Amino acid sequence: MMVTQRSSDEWDRPAPVAGSYAFVVGDDPEDPGSLLEVSMGPQHPSTHGVFRMDVVLDGETVVKLKPVFGYLHRNHEKIAENISYLGSMPYTDRLDYFCSLTNNWAYALAVEKLAGISVPERAEYLRVILSELTRLQNHVCLAGFLAQDMGASGTPLMYGFREREKILDLFESLTGARMMCNYMRFGGCRCDTPPGWLDEARAVVDSFPRFLHEFENLLSSNEILMSRTQGIGVLGKDLAVGAGITGPCLRAAGVDYDIRKVDGYGIYPRFQFRVPLGEHGDTYDRYMMRILEMHESLGILKQALDGIPEGPIIDPKAKLRGFRPKAGESYGRIEAPKGELGFYLISDGSPSPYRYRVRPPSLVNLTVLEDLCVGHNVADTVIILGSIDIVLGEVDR
Amino acid sequence: MFQAIDQIFVNLLRGFLGHLPEPIRPWAGLVISLGAILGTFGLLFGLTTVCERKAIARMQNRLGPNRVGPYGFLQFIADGIKSLTKEDIVPRSADKVVHFIAPLALLVPVVLTYLVLPFGRNMVVLDLDAGLLFYFAAGASTELAVFMAGWSSRNKYSLLGAMRAIAQMLSYELPFILSTIGVVMVTGSLSTVRIVEAQGPGDGWLAHWNVFTPWGFAAFFLFLIAAFAEANRSPFDLPEGESEIVAGYFLEYSGFKFALFFMAEYLGMFSSSALAVTLFLGGWTAPVSFLGFVPSWLWFFLKLGVLMALFIWVRGTTPRLRMDQLMDFAWKFMLPLALFLIPVVVLWDRVGRGWVGWVLCGPIVAAAYVWLGRALVGRRRIQLRTYRYASG
Amino acid sequence: MLGSGIIKGLAETGRNFVGSYFDPERMTTVEYPEQRLAPKENTRQFPFLVFDGEAALAGLRCVACQICEKECPPQCIYIEKSREKKPDHLGKPQFHPAIFDIDISVCMSCQICVEVCPFDAIKMDTEFELSTSDRFGGLLMHKDLLARPNSHFLKVHPTDAGVIDARRAEERARLEAKARLDSEAKAKEAPPAA
Repeated sequence: MMVTQRSSDEWDRPAPVAGSYAFVVGDDPEDPGSLLEVSMGPQHPSTHGVFRMDVVLDGETVVKLKPVFGYLHRNHEKIAENISYLGSMPYTDRLDYFCSLTNNWAYALAVEKLAGISVPERAEYLRVILSELTRLQNHVCLAGFLAQDMGASGTPLMYGFREREKILDLFESLTGARMMCNYMRFGGCRCDTPPGWLDEARAVVDSFPRFLHEFENLLSSNEILMSRTQGIGVLGKDLAVGAGITGPCLRAAGVDYDIRKVDGYGIYPRFQFRVPLGEHGDTYDRYMMRILEMHESLGILKQALDGIPEGPIIDPKAKLRGFRPKAGESYGRIEAPKGELGFYLISDGSPSPYRYRVRPPSLVNLTVLEDLCVGHNVADTVIILGSIDIVLGEVDR
Repeated sequence: MFQAIDQIFVNLLRGFLGHLPEPIRPWAGLVISLGAILGTFGLLFGLTTVCERKAIARMQNRLGPNRVGPYGFLQFIADGIKSLTKEDIVPRSADKVVHFIAPLALLVPVVLTYLVLPFGRNMVVLDLDAGLLFYFAAGASTELAVFMAGWSSRNKYSLLGAMRAIAQMLSYELPFILSTIGVVMVTGSLSTVRIVEAQGPGDGWLAHWNVFTPWGFAAFFLFLIAAFAEANRSPFDLPEGESEIVAGYFLEYSGFKFALFFMAEYLGMFSSSALAVTLFLGGWTAPVSFLGFVPSWLWFFLKLGVLMALFIWVRGTTPRLRMDQLMDFAWKFMLPLALFLIPVVVLWDRVGRGWVGWVLCGPIVAAAYVWLGRALVGRRRIQLRTYRYASG
Repeated sequence: MLGSGIIKGLAETGRNFVGSYFDPERMTTVEYPEQRLAPKENTRQFPFLVFDGEAALAGLRCVACQICEKECPPQCIYIEKSREKKPDHLGKPQFHPAIFDIDISVCMSCQICVEVCPFDAIKMDTEFELSTSDRFGGLLMHKDLLARPNSHFLKVHPTDAGVIDARRAEERARLEAKARLDSEAKAKEAPPAA
């Protein structure tokens, strides 16, 4: 068998389809072939779903990066404009499938604003409890995935999943499903807690700090983690505000903006909690924001579980079927675990919204990916992407 | 009695060779020894993969494999059958010859390194005078195979992985070898058999393992860290970092060739751990003389098991370093420290090897560690942070 | 710093390694086919149709009102009304479904059909081991496959089913009382006519 040396353009790969590659690489006449274009994704172990990064590398340093998404597009907004208001509720579960309950709340909030429905006290408390539990399980998973992207053999991820399992069990016994909860309704919640559920929730909340302690022992002071994340992917204040970044990523850059404080939606003004702020805006700060927020969430959960009153769970005037809000528009937003999640609705008085628009935190936070990654190593792009915390169901909708 | 158990394998081999005609005896001895090594360490490889999966699973509060055989310990047989029966895919644009040779080229030098390792009293295949040199020479040639694999696959990730592997293995080769110089200086021999014998209890009751000296302790850890890097194990598993470059240099390998890579990696890990045992943990010698009745080969494999457990434990704990940090660590921390240890060994040898040596050398080594570590961390401004909370 | 963080991490994984043998709270794994988690009452998987009595298709509570078909977000329900009417449990003549299909490969287990059903005829089952070798036909459930007795409903959702049974019994009792009153009144009216 004869082996001949072939030049790079003789590689018998199919001709690139127009537009499938973001950049033309290697046609610089002065320096041919010095750059390497790598398509990370859509099938890649670290892209958190079907997400593609077109990366141009100089050695291992990122020169250009273009995020490519849309592989999971499923027409969420257009579907919602063609079915009833209630019918969109289970679809919102599938936006950010880690945090279905916060998605439910944001959508319910938008419709309640649109139709002027009030929510009973107990339902408000339940919503706060569920959304903080959601925040806990989202953040533990995020920290686990981040460590996994750094190559930690799954240990932190499994610790995260161990705790998440307990929270998902709570969700299942209350809402019937572990991830696609479909629990909130316009004017309250779907069903009341089964007997003993609040005690189970208290037990989970009480045992959670032990896990957080374990997690911080394992990771937060680990030299390898610190050297991998500190000074990596610095997101400046101006860029963060200018690009509309929200959530922990924004707070890691040192901007005090938490919709729970700013809007005070639901009954959040009743609870005592602090908003942690970062200074450097790097990956380590983004990671620590999540850890510190979990401590605060535990505080809110304790207060809410102590203060939850008896009473009806849903506004008796709220209609399940034949729901036709009068013409108008509304924007409901909440502080989802990933950032500001907003639903913008226009009603023309018909049973389905005239316009339905989601403001997904994952997508907006993803827009700065190139700014964060350029100049860093290819290994860093992975953890920067992990620290932004995207869920492709929400990015692509 | 104890003598007989201790020498059972040596006597078995000698007895068998006695039945063969004189001219082919050395060759037959070599072949049988090689077969025994491959069989033993092949089995150990299988068991280690299962133990690793179970141990890491337990660290992660999972159960791990527990279906095939008693407590899941036959899982490796099922895995082996699976990889043997899998389709062997060679990419269309791959350099087929090199692609085929690479896994073999990786396995052969790794197996060669076993020839000079003493597994027990009188249990060494080749007692070379320059055994250590032979070990390093054979071990270093694995890098070529890794690059062959990465290059021939015609895959960008493979190429990146191979580039990383070459850079990493070359850089860590230096501290890997330099950390053993102290042992050679103290023993005055490059023969692995001599080195082990020098660490035995001798006339006293306590063994003189090299790890129980200030410089030996530091050199042992330098050697272990370098061995982690040479074996591409976490936290130095960048060449195959699955979250970054998918599987690195063996990304385009499947089926049995993949299994060969996997096996070569584990055999390499065993062999560098075995060398660590030989150089620093007294090889097959017992730690105290009254435990001398335990067969020497059992001591060797016990120590090897302890080191394997350490490898697994670290893998279950640490994230991965980045390429530049890895290089920094090798060139700015490990290399200076390994060089620094050489005069310390001289000092230890001159002032006598007792407590005076400890008092003099211990603080020097500790100070060097702290100083070099501070410099490494300080250059990157890595620190623990405290966070403020928004007012109101 | 200087390795203490890694040693702390090693201690943590070591503690978890040992703890996993002694502390059952750490091990959340359930070895699935042999062991199962305790069923939760609210769990929902896929819908089924409730029937009363012994005969599955004759006793269906469904009156083919097609509300669930309209409300189903992914449109996985298909219903065709029967031509003739049949008396329901209150004796009122009602239509019944000639065809009732649910494509559970499309169904997303949202429970909206259950919530909108005014006749308590469709409920959520807890069975999830529904894998089949036929991806399309095997997951299209016809009404004979969907029908489950009320006793099954009582088994999987005891609270919910108890409330519904009580309400239905009450409705029936009220109807019987009314019928009795009617017949008594008729009996009173009858003699003068005779």
